[in-house]
Amino acid sequence: MSLLSDLVNLNLSDATEKIIAEYIWIGGSGMDIRSKARTLPGPVSDPSKLPKWNYDGSSTGQAAGDDSEVILYPQAIFRDPFRGGKNILVMCDAYTPAGDPIPTNKRHKAAKIFSDPKVASEEPWYGIEQEYTLMQKDVNWPIGWPVGGYPGPQGPYYCGVGADKAIGRDIVDAHYKACLYAGIGISGVNGEVMPGQWEFQVGPVEGIGAGDQVWIARYLLERITEISGVMVSFDPKPVPGDWNGAGAHCNYSTKSMRNDGGLEVIKKAIEKLQLKHKEHIAAYGEGNERRLTGKHETADINTFSWGVANRGASVRVGRDTEKEGKGYFEDRRPASNMDPYVVTSMIAETTILG
Amino acid sequence: MSLLTDLINLDLSDSTEKIIAEYIWVGGSGMDMRSKARTLPGPVTDPSKLPKWNYDGSSTGQAPGEDSEVILYPQAIFKDPFRKGNNILVMCDAYTPAGEPIPTNKRHAAAQIFSNPAVVAEVPWYGIEQEYTLLQKDVKWPVGWPIGGFPGPQGPYYCSVGADKSFGRDIVDSHYKACLYAGINISGINGEVMPGQWEFQVGPSVGISAADEVWIARYILERITEIAGVVVSFDPKPIPGDWNGAGAHTNYSTKSMREEGGYEVIKKAIDKLGLRHKEHISAYGEGNERRLTGHHETADINTFLWGVANRGASIRVGRDTEKEGKGYFEDRRPASNMDPYIVTSMIAETTLLWNP
Repeated sequence: MSLLSDLVNLNLSDATEKIIAEYIWIGGSGMDIRSKARTLPGPVSDPSKLPKWNYDGSSTGQAAGDDSEVILYPQAIFRDPFRGGKNILVMCDAYTPAGDPIPTNKRHKAAKIFSDPKVASEEPWYGIEQEYTLMQKDVNWPIGWPVGGYPGPQGPYYCGVGADKAIGRDIVDAHYKACLYAGIGISGVNGEVMPGQWEFQVGPVEGIGAGDQVWIARYLLERITEISGVMVSFDPKPVPGDWNGAGAHCNYSTKSMRNDGGLEVIKKAIEKLQLKHKEHIAAYGEGNERRLTGKHETADINTFSWGVANRGASVRVGRDTEKEGKGYFEDRRPASNMDPYVVTSMIAETTILG
Repeated sequence: MSLLTDLINLDLSDSTEKIIAEYIWVGGSGMDMRSKARTLPGPVTDPSKLPKWNYDGSSTGQAPGEDSEVILYPQAIFKDPFRKGNNILVMCDAYTPAGEPIPTNKRHAAAQIFSNPAVVAEVPWYGIEQEYTLLQKDVKWPVGWPIGGFPGPQGPYYCSVGADKSFGRDIVDSHYKACLYAGINISGINGEVMPGQWEFQVGPSVGISAADEVWIARYILERITEIAGVVVSFDPKPIPGDWNGAGAHTNYSTKSMREEGGYEVIKKAIDKLGLRHKEHISAYGEGNERRLTGHHETADINTFLWGVANRGASIRVGRDTEKEGKGYFEDRRPASNMDPYIVTSMIAETTLLWNP
């Protein structure tokens, strides 16, 4: 198959100026990522210079068959780690032909919040810890787990090494480099508590870019698992019982929080989040009630609590932040299947505009 | 096998001026592609400078055994993405020794239509959306489908990503780059609604070159699936039932349609096509009646219907075209196994040369 690889990896720069742009968008379920590619006459680095495009919304549950065109607006460009060269990935959001965001387009409203002058002046930073579980294809059971059975209990697997403890590292490492190549602010990876579960972190990224980068990072992960013949699950509790769930803890700070006196600003922000706990929880991912039980390093879904270094709290403040009197805090409530546009903008809205 | 790959990828330019030219033609069924290679003394970029050749037509159902020579006329040159260097692919069409196009040669009549001054003046552009299905070798069941069973229903697969939704991307991506390398005007690709089904688009290309490019793109696809050990099917309804068929939607515009007032020209052209619906349908690919049912984003084969943004119509006009008052339209009727020489020239003939 190396002849096929030769072709997939063909360096076209000697043959043509043309580049390939992969337009990526979110489909009708709010979690399915879709993409298709087009040829452009030459390299592009500014999203506003990319042409709008359209797709068949009736095939993604986003439009009717007799009025099926949904328009794609390019929003962010990343380098394509699969095609190399000057080829690009383009994160898009979706609009009706009349120019209105379609209902599943969560980016539009988030962008509005982030361009509010009060929010923009606070320079909100996000660090998102995306957890996910790798599943064996066809049987939908985590990789490395015996089919029809279970591995030994949790304990040895967190940051583990060894064929009996860490499974799927080639996917994780390939993803790490691919994201760095693409220009995503990926800050780290680690093996998680449940075997077959992993985490990568994106950040700190300011404003709307956090959502864009998390979605592209998810896309790259699905492309890489596709190559490996393995499936990625963003379910917040993939295996019921005494097994950790998967979250997307969201670390957050504003300019005021990062400056002297920031700890007081942080505490005020946490109080505002507490008052809106139900609203946030409702937007923090489907199925989160199966994960936020109060066990397995979570806080119960109906309780809002916060604490320093407390992994059983809804919001955790790091010891460094407490010591220095400034820094950031971690909202541990979002599920792994949260929409980062919704979560990041909602935290900004509640803490800065609320 | 890397020693074999090393030899296949050998760069001959330091050892010799000679190049290899792969002559490609369409065989007796009208869909089977054939090719053979010859050495030429040096690089060639102009098809008229290539020698004519011949092949054994009795082995392709195109000539009797006792008078088997069929002559190949080189028509278009592309760079060879497999042999690289200065090596080339040559799209040819087939003639008798007396110089007559053989019956399966559809290019000849198309070229005559495209050189008609009334057609030339209108600079007809084509964008062809070639759909196809990848099948597992030996069992002839789509790639990614369980043998003896079916995948989950359509919904998740269109433009999808992930090992449970997208099957065969390495073939599709290598085909995309190979076509760009070859000089084919490939404008995009996407995963289709039925799992294991894909689409690439060629265009906009002018006149006869659109069809030459589609044939060479099909050839490159068959060469790549051959490497991958997978079979490509151009059948318009590979799986009966609640599974999409495969088409070759043909987007079309003329100079008048692309200029101010073009929308009226488009509507007139669509009316003419409506009057010749039966003639077009009979030339738009074998087995199309299994595909054009009125379901699965098609219009029923016996109905001619057009609409803006309507994927259930025979002809669809895009919203942009409607808004700007000029542009192009999409004939959604052709099947994936259509002959692009026939379809492109017939659309030009009906809209530019024919009158009711």
